[in-house]
Amino acid sequence: MAMQTPAPCDYSRATSVDDAIGQLQALGGNARILAGGHSLIPMMKLRLSNPGHLIDINPLEPELNYIRQQGNEIRIGAMTRHRDLLESDLLARTFPNIFAEAEAVLADPVVRNRGTIGGSLCQSDPAEDLSGVVVALKAIAVVRGPDGEREIGMEEFHIGPYMTAVQSTEMLTEVRFPIVANHGSAHEKVERRAGDFAIVAASAALGIQGGIIKSAGVACSAVGPTTMHIGRAEEALVGQAPSEQLFAQAGEMAKEDCEPSNDGRGPADYKRHVAGVLTTRALSRAAATALRR
Amino acid sequence: MLVSMSINGQTYSHDVEPRLLLVHYIREYAELHGTHWGCDTSNCGICVVLMDGEPLKSCTTLAAMAEGHEITTVEGLAKPDGTLDPIQMGFHEMHGLQCGFCTPGMMVTGRWLINKHPNPTQMTEHEIREAISGGLCRCTGYNNIIKSIRWAAAYEANAAGRR
Repeated sequence: MAMQTPAPCDYSRATSVDDAIGQLQALGGNARILAGGHSLIPMMKLRLSNPGHLIDINPLEPELNYIRQQGNEIRIGAMTRHRDLLESDLLARTFPNIFAEAEAVLADPVVRNRGTIGGSLCQSDPAEDLSGVVVALKAIAVVRGPDGEREIGMEEFHIGPYMTAVQSTEMLTEVRFPIVANHGSAHEKVERRAGDFAIVAASAALGIQGGIIKSAGVACSAVGPTTMHIGRAEEALVGQAPSEQLFAQAGEMAKEDCEPSNDGRGPADYKRHVAGVLTTRALSRAAATALRR
Repeated sequence: MLVSMSINGQTYSHDVEPRLLLVHYIREYAELHGTHWGCDTSNCGICVVLMDGEPLKSCTTLAAMAEGHEITTVEGLAKPDGTLDPIQMGFHEMHGLQCGFCTPGMMVTGRWLINKHPNPTQMTEHEIREAISGGLCRCTGYNNIIKSIRWAAAYEANAAGRR
């Protein structure tokens, strides 16, 4: 077996977020931020990513690993590990149960010990579970660069497979999630084996008040060049009373609007079918959770 | 670059390339060959070691990232006098290995599961399967691996009861 080794590169550790940004600036676009490493290092081994320099931000974990409520938002630091998201009581209380459901099927416990939310989102793998969750929850990415901070909605953040709106002198520092009253959410996934990337996954979030859907978020993973935001389904849901018929219609829209391709995980028409089924199931369970609150 | 870390209580320090992976540092610089190097893609879990008590895949970690940390490999499980750790006894008693290739990763992961579980003798089969789901046994001997981890948990509880 051929040994897989990253191409030669330099390495340094960041002492603060500002220091990391200063290093990115000094290195002029030739550097990548290294967090958990569980996406970037495999990409480097395959030589799909060949940064000349790695800036290790693991020393910033005390500063960037947090999950806290601030006003009407949940704020998650970029170095928060998958395991922390899975085990967070605050997330389980605020967003039942989308984080727990997605994180339980994301890779495996050992990988979840290291991988971070910032790394996952910056990897921008269209088949990644957490990317669907952040789209369904209408999260905002906070990116810091030499000129200060800017906020980016998830649709502008993921611009293509393995491509984000984060510029070469910027780093993702935080992800903000608006808190929705009477929220219920769910994540559904079909994969080939435990811990694998999805064949298809669907993430759904609903806010239901007085028997009417007030807010909706629907996203599908692994069925397009980036995480697919099913905006048409969201529009059809808001203002309606939750029903199985309505969720079946939303599933049909996901089926129609996703853009799967044929690959080793299955033919496109199969994935399209699964996207519809999983969207309906996720919405149905999200509604049941919201109505119990 | 100079990298220093503790492996099984001993300090190691070497000048290495930044791109060197931790698994190769452990095997080739520290010359501890118990940690196996398997799929190289973070899928198979054979290379799992503990860093500050938490398991990680050493094929997907740079040696530089372990700077200043405490690594425990399979060689660090047994006592210095050679007495096996209960997890090792369990794999022996319950025939938890066939070819032995995945065994170091499975034992280190099993050790972590028992350490972190609030009540190890009450671990469900699902909990054990979930914990080792990041490891592949090419012999497909999972049932005996699960029995081995359970045996170790029971042995430790009994030993604690005897004290």
